[in-house]
Amino acid sequence: MLKQAFAIFWKDLASELRTRYAINALLMFVVVTLAVIMFALVGETLSPGALTGMLWVVMFFAAMSGLSRSFVAEEERGTSMTLQLLATPTAIYLGKLLFNLLLVLALNIFIVLLFLLTMDQFTVAQIDLFWFVILLGSIGIASATTIIAAIIAKANTKGTLFPVLSFPVILPLLMAGISATKIAVEEPMWDTVWPDLQLLGSYIVVVITISFLLFEFVWKD
Amino acid sequence: MQISATGIGKKFNRRSIFREVDFSVETGEVFGIIGRNGSGKSTLLRIIGGLLSPSAGSISYGINGTDVSVEHLHRVMGYAAPYLTLYEEFSAAENIALYAKIRGLQKGSSDIAALLDRVGLPTDRKDPIRAYSSGMMQRMKLIFSILHEPPLLLLDEPISNLDREGMAVVYDIVAEQKKTGTVIIATNDDEDIAQCDRTLRVEGRA
Repeated sequence: MLKQAFAIFWKDLASELRTRYAINALLMFVVVTLAVIMFALVGETLSPGALTGMLWVVMFFAAMSGLSRSFVAEEERGTSMTLQLLATPTAIYLGKLLFNLLLVLALNIFIVLLFLLTMDQFTVAQIDLFWFVILLGSIGIASATTIIAAIIAKANTKGTLFPVLSFPVILPLLMAGISATKIAVEEPMWDTVWPDLQLLGSYIVVVITISFLLFEFVWKD
Repeated sequence: MQISATGIGKKFNRRSIFREVDFSVETGEVFGIIGRNGSGKSTLLRIIGGLLSPSAGSISYGINGTDVSVEHLHRVMGYAAPYLTLYEEFSAAENIALYAKIRGLQKGSSDIAALLDRVGLPTDRKDPIRAYSSGMMQRMKLIFSILHEPPLLLLDEPISNLDREGMAVVYDIVAEQKKTGTVIIATNDDEDIAQCDRTLRVEGRA
């Protein structure tokens, strides 16, 4: 099953590098959004907390603009049946999850680096905690968006449905992620951030477990 | 491979496509599903292949007396159909290598060349298969269906888009498959029907 999942992951990666279905859309979104934020904030002074919120808004909507592609592209090209004939639903889900995880991790690292470079007021007090929260947040976003992408791929209004369905599901992750990032930025104290980290970890475990259980029903007719 | 279907029916929303379909197929048989356009031949083939759930009835599968579950059907079944889409951004060899990798098969470049040669496709083309003609694409789908040498081969309109040479390739594959496995063909073509040992007429609503 793991070999099948990795083969699907490599297929998605090779396909993405050739077709640039998601990468181009994601990069354009990030660059344009950060440029708009920079123009809007000229001469303004924002608290680190507000900037943290902005960072998560960019990460959330960047994910919304491209992460559904892994399943939507299979539906639009008509290759979902081909995948069904090749692998078990579990292997397909795991392969897609790995691909989305790589994509969202790379994307979020790019966003954070660009954010740190362009926002002078955004400084991080505890860098290891900050990156750890970004890592957990990325895993959480990837796990939630993978199953939601599988659900919306069969719908007619894919584009609008994805953020609408994703927002309530990702909300607990966003709240804990923003809170933990804010602590890492402002007051580096591990004991105050612990409940948020627990919530982020639990969220990932619950979402991935439920996704494994539900995926077969979502994937088949 | 043995297949036994009892009381199969399919509805889309409330519209019944067909109902109370019974049949059984044995190893070494070429079984044809025939019927007019819109009668539900492809739908029935998809149900047999586990790609659609029946609205009524059940199908059981077995190999030498051992039951095979629908979840594991993809391992023992090959499927080719006009509505099947392959990964058009990859070359023919890359497609075959990908399918082999997902199926956990070891296929070297000589194996891949042999498969391409068997269906009459060029072995040296490196361009993506999106540039292929519909007939060449159909030949690729035949490779997709036989790559893992499955005991059960499901073919939907197998000679669509093919020239005489391509049709000969299909019938050669069917004859080869019949020696050790089972073939089910959904078709309206007289030449396809002539390959079948038995046929089932689906009288669904057009």
